[in-house]
Amino acid sequence: MKIIIVGNGMVGFKLCEKLVAKSTKSLDLIVFGEEMRPAYDRVHLSEFFNGKSAEELQLAPSSWYADKGIELIIGDPILEIDRKAKSVRSYLGRVAYYDYLILATGSAAFVPPIPGIEKAGVFIYRTIEDLVLMQSWAPKAKTGAVIGGGLLGLEAAKAMIDLGVCDTHVIEFAPRLMPRQIDDAGSSLLQGKLESLGLTIHTSKNTQEILGESAISGMQFQDESILPVDMLVISAGIKPRDELARACGLEVGPRGGIVVNQYMQTSDHHILAIGECALYEGMIYGLVAPGYDMAEAAVSTLLGLEKTFQGFDMSTKLKLIGVDVASFGDPFVTGNDAHTIVFEDRNKGIYKRVNISPDGKELLGGILIGDADQYNMLLQTCKNKVVLPPNPEDILLGARGGEHDGGAGVTSLPDEAVICSCEAVSKGDISSHVLEGAATLDDIKKCCKAGTGCGGCVPMVKDIINHTLKAQGIYVRNVICEHFEFSRQELMDLIRLHDLRSYDEVLTVHGQGDGCETCKPLVASILASLWNELILDKGNDTAQDSNDRFLANIQKGGTYSVVPRIPGGEITPDKLIVIGQVAKEFNLYTKITGGQRIDLFGAHLSDLPTIWEQLIAAGFESGHAYGKALRTVKSCVGSTWCRFGLHDSVSFAIQIEERYRGIRAPHKIKGGVSGCIRECSEAQSKDFGIIATEKGWNLHVCGNGGSKPQHALLLASDLDSETCIRYIDRFLMFYIKTADPLTRTATWLNKLEGGMDYLRNVVVNDSLGLGAELETEMQSLVDNYVCEWKAAVENPAFRKRFSHFVNAPEEKDPTVQFDELREQKMAKAWK
Amino acid sequence: MVDTMNDKWIHACSVQDVPENGGVCVKVADLQIALFHFKRRGEWYATQNECPHRHQMALSRGMIGSQGDEPKVACPFHKKTFSLKTGECLSGDECAIKTYQVRVDDDQVFLSITDDEL
Repeated sequence: MKIIIVGNGMVGFKLCEKLVAKSTKSLDLIVFGEEMRPAYDRVHLSEFFNGKSAEELQLAPSSWYADKGIELIIGDPILEIDRKAKSVRSYLGRVAYYDYLILATGSAAFVPPIPGIEKAGVFIYRTIEDLVLMQSWAPKAKTGAVIGGGLLGLEAAKAMIDLGVCDTHVIEFAPRLMPRQIDDAGSSLLQGKLESLGLTIHTSKNTQEILGESAISGMQFQDESILPVDMLVISAGIKPRDELARACGLEVGPRGGIVVNQYMQTSDHHILAIGECALYEGMIYGLVAPGYDMAEAAVSTLLGLEKTFQGFDMSTKLKLIGVDVASFGDPFVTGNDAHTIVFEDRNKGIYKRVNISPDGKELLGGILIGDADQYNMLLQTCKNKVVLPPNPEDILLGARGGEHDGGAGVTSLPDEAVICSCEAVSKGDISSHVLEGAATLDDIKKCCKAGTGCGGCVPMVKDIINHTLKAQGIYVRNVICEHFEFSRQELMDLIRLHDLRSYDEVLTVHGQGDGCETCKPLVASILASLWNELILDKGNDTAQDSNDRFLANIQKGGTYSVVPRIPGGEITPDKLIVIGQVAKEFNLYTKITGGQRIDLFGAHLSDLPTIWEQLIAAGFESGHAYGKALRTVKSCVGSTWCRFGLHDSVSFAIQIEERYRGIRAPHKIKGGVSGCIRECSEAQSKDFGIIATEKGWNLHVCGNGGSKPQHALLLASDLDSETCIRYIDRFLMFYIKTADPLTRTATWLNKLEGGMDYLRNVVVNDSLGLGAELETEMQSLVDNYVCEWKAAVENPAFRKRFSHFVNAPEEKDPTVQFDELREQKMAKAWK
Repeated sequence: MVDTMNDKWIHACSVQDVPENGGVCVKVADLQIALFHFKRRGEWYATQNECPHRHQMALSRGMIGSQGDEPKVACPFHKKTFSLKTGECLSGDECAIKTYQVRVDDDQVFLSITDDEL
């Protein structure tokens, strides 16, 4: 059977994959794609701007097609279908014959006919090539706009922010954002959240003209207002690519789309259509999961199997610029058909709505904004018609006061519940794979592909794995890697017990194989946390992450950045001058960090020892910016100068920073001290934060900024300085001894059974009787501190390691290149 | 180890110059070669120094280790791993790195490089 697929997008690729998997006979399969690269992940397109390469976005390398006997022809679009001869002709003149032709031509961006839309600086957001064009324009742009406040439009707005266009506007024709997915109240909350993140949103705005000479300079709206912009992305919807079908006389819908039946057959039964170009019962499905379902149906038609396409649930969950948005089932149903429960928290930016049947037994649909953790559970409850608990609001709020969890959780789902809708994998499928020996997420991904599509079901898949294993009486172990069959905490105890001091000894005594990039830095960190010996000694240098090995932060291009410690952010004019002199002498880019220090970028490896010699001579020490270690203790100016200050926060910050400097932990640690309740040092966003009160200090712990910010919680109030330090000793040491690798204190606390109450009991009430031990251990770390840069520059053997070429130590890496930026240098962009 | 007609053995450095279970970068004309002393396995490996992912001259500063029995190196930038034996990318990417033969004679380390590469 000769099959030709026109289109190599996500759905076209899925069809290849499913055909290869299901076909028992060998297939004669040719795929034509018009883009210059094999199918890639369009759902995660915006990650291209976060550093994911085009190759990483690819769904499979070219070699995959060859391996499976598929002829892949890219960069050569099909121009014509001859239904009589059953052949297609390509742009480059190739003619190929088919028994079955499948159109997976997808969709194109709908570009509204606005005068001036052809001007330079106006883009669409669809392919990697579009992104490359945007990327080269964006550095010139200060103000950007996106036409379209739907799902794709908001994605495009995020892309623009990622490209550095800070002032970004979203223009929506309808009176609210995402009109097809969410209701008025949800939209207004989403709008507020997006505005607080720096986007400007205009609704009910109709663009009349694009202004400017050859390039865009502004937009004129129907209400006669004008918005000056120098970059515009059109994302006003999609239109199906049905031009081939139209030209050869296949039936198409009045507003476009190739008409198909449940077998995915077009009006010519030798031609099938799937994905965004197909029109099923008057509807175009613009999501990837239904496209995959259509691919499955098409395979069935081709191979004579049973599955057909029955329409698809358009439930969706996504993160828009950091805000969760989800809608499922029928999100809008009202009136006599449904009762609606709404939970709204404007303070935290959360809106949740569920629609339940009038008898209160069935979930019909809903909307989640700001917090969509319950999405999978609610979707499953809705799809599987799971009977709701007696108080249906429990499904949103959790049971309050009772011992039940509102009936939610993977246990309550039937085996038929579809967990991964991209790959149509049910709960029963996953549990049976687990029973057959697939015990990890990777195993499951390999054997049934669950979780490999959009990734939204991964947390549920994990829960099902763990739950199935536990039900089998299997203890779920959290081991480090293939070389160590222990958790971090277990290995730490063993290393202490056997008094091991080097990575190699630890691997020989407790591990197997030759180690890897996961266990090496982990063990090196444990050794440092236990003994606080020089991390470059005893052969441990090659077990460190590159940053620790060279005591500096590796940056784009392979140069390093240097951060001297500036305790509490206090620095004398003389020391400032020295930093300036060093930066000048070695031509370094200088920037103030968020932790009140100065970062010097662009140092060649071989210059690091000389740079540090000069810094050390001026009284500086290593700032450990390169380590999973104490970074800074930030302070406000406090009572010495500030008219509101209650205590001397700077002196206390310096005392604390000097106490814990150089201490290594499962992750970086940051601290802060504020001199009064105004909290100018932002101490509550730190791993430990101290705030002055009338009577002493309040100690907050387990906060962090970063990608998932979390405020620190109050551990104890009105402490004197000595007690405060004693509690921090205990807290940090307890964290160091029990946390999983690369886990910040906030995440550690979130996983700690009993949470803050438990931690307070251990640290303040000494419930485990460990207080004295933790303090002694911390004191020994404090006593063993030496500045590792001082040790490194004074030891010729260590010093020798800081050169790029072993056989030409005086030469620098000739491939290192810089660009100019505001009178300083910057690293040349990645290739 | 086969010494073909076109291969040249080029002196790199002495054994003591290379950290045990770690790597260094050797300059051979305009080439940059990452040389690794895998002490635990009693083996030496050499590869191109450039990581093909972001074209950074960094593999010599990477951590070495094993996956199953396959010796590998992880790039310090994004932890892409490559087989030290075959150069194949073990993190599922299409790119591969070049490998070179290494000979150790009397405490001195030599690399085998074909003429047309120089």
